[in-house]
Amino acid sequence: MKPIPFEYYAPSSVAEALDTIAELGYSGKILAGGQSLIPSMNFRVARPGALVDLNNIPELAYIRPNGDGSVAIGTMTRDSKVEHDAEIKRRFPLIAEVMTYIAHPQIRNRGTFGGAIAHADPAAQLPAISLLMNADLKLLKKGGERWVQAEDFFLGPFMTVLEPDEMLAEVVLKPLPARTGSSYKQVSRQRGGYAQVAVASAATLDEAGRCKQVRMVLISVGDTPILSKEVSRILVGQKPGQEAFEAVAEAVAKGEIDPGTDVHATADYRRHLTRVLVVRSLTEAFQRAAL
Amino acid sequence: MTKLYTIKVKVNGTEYERSVEPRLLLSDFIRHDLGLSGTHVGCEHGLCGACTVLFDGEPMRSCLIFAVQANGHEVQTVESLGTPEHMHPLQEAFSEKHALQCGFCTPGFLMTLVPFLEKHPDPTEEEIREAIDGNLCRCTGYQNMIGAVQLAAKKMAARQEV
Ligand SMILES: Cc1cc2nc3c(=O)[nH]c(=O)nc-3n(C[C@@H](O)[C@H](O)[C@H](O)COP(=O)(O)OP(=O)(O)OC[C@H]3O[C@@H](n4cnc5c(N)ncnc54)[C@H](O)[C@@H]3O)c2cc1C
Ligand code: FES
Ligand code: FES
Repeated sequence: MKPIPFEYYAPSSVAEALDTIAELGYSGKILAGGQSLIPSMNFRVARPGALVDLNNIPELAYIRPNGDGSVAIGTMTRDSKVEHDAEIKRRFPLIAEVMTYIAHPQIRNRGTFGGAIAHADPAAQLPAISLLMNADLKLLKKGGERWVQAEDFFLGPFMTVLEPDEMLAEVVLKPLPARTGSSYKQVSRQRGGYAQVAVASAATLDEAGRCKQVRMVLISVGDTPILSKEVSRILVGQKPGQEAFEAVAEAVAKGEIDPGTDVHATADYRRHLTRVLVVRSLTEAFQRAAL
Repeated sequence: MTKLYTIKVKVNGTEYERSVEPRLLLSDFIRHDLGLSGTHVGCEHGLCGACTVLFDGEPMRSCLIFAVQANGHEVQTVESLGTPEHMHPLQEAFSEKHALQCGFCTPGFLMTLVPFLEKHPDPTEEEIREAIDGNLCRCTGYQNMIGAVQLAAKKMAARQEV
């Protein structure tokens, strides 16, 4: 057997799960889809003393469109459910598109939407997309609830504001303004592989065709997904175009990212990819905004 | 001694009741406890796809699920597809089109592709490539598998018409 021995709890309600994680404190870990946790347990990199399995809690898996245009996603909703959901496709086409980049079909059948965000891998898509859309995250603990915006959620690689007795329960995606286009561009070694670099952006035009608002997130080039400040400083109020996008790419690559070197790519190569993908992503987002 | 859990799981239509340690992987449970060695184990961290089985009808990595989590669920392995005398049309097509050499990866490909063909009875090459992007094969170069899936789709359509 590969993982070290651990205690196993399979609560059947949220209340029971919250009691259990409160009791276990630092020795307990939540088991969602297991598609990140189990591989690292198989290598004995992760050695939790106890697992609290959320897979028997049906009340945590749902996609609920709200009247205000937002959509609430229960943390245990499988990636493949989000990928194929008609309402998500209609309201947030970018999310449906991005889901197909995450791992492989068999893994998306098990991995969960909330689990990926709680995992906070700087190379992962869903933490970045939640940051791009500044999603509202509902955190529960025994006897308490708090809402945190994605902008305040990620602290470092695999580190978030979640306390050991807390669980991410729901992710709320807020509606996008009219004349908004979004885009996701990624380079990886093979389909389904982690991003060497990826860039997600969402751009809104005003009636005169100038940039009204723009957000851009950079993936795999720092400790967390990085929300660019330069992009709105340079583009808001301007007519979007190639030259302006290149200025953004330059400013981002020089000042906003801190890529590392590993077996997949050198820091220099990641910087180069960032420049290229920023331009491509902004070009597509503004094109889509104009449709 | 770690606590054992009693699980009831239906595998290939048969109900099993067994006691397991929570850290036992579903892949090892299938192979060692149930003796169904058709499910292969390559990497044990989700990369190769050799261990793919159907879990409540959906293809998943059995190396990334604990056996204890299968309690009350249904699993299908490659043994459920056919017998040497009566192979599944996809198995026939793999054999006819030389879509396997050593065969190590084959159970994972089959268990990924059988539900895929049910949802996509007439798949394009692009759709087939996407469906198998989570399965590694070191022998075939994949090209013959694409042909085999297309042939299987034809065989299955012909059977439907009969
Ligand atoms: C071969 C392979 C390739 C992959 N490729 C990609 C990829 O390209 N991009 C990508 O983004 N991901 C990728 N993944 C990982 C992705 O599939 C995982 O599903 C995801 O990262 C974690 O979600 P999970 O539900 O499986 O969480 P788990 O593995 O169960 O949990 C991950 C961590 O989050 C914690 N956690 C989970 N849910 C909660 C919660 N509700 N509240 C508090 N804490 C929680 C757990 O305690 C654990 O520490 C890949 C995985 C594999 C095996
Ligand atoms: S053994 Fe499960 S994916 Fe390789
Ligand atoms: S046939 Fe040998 S690995 Fe695929």
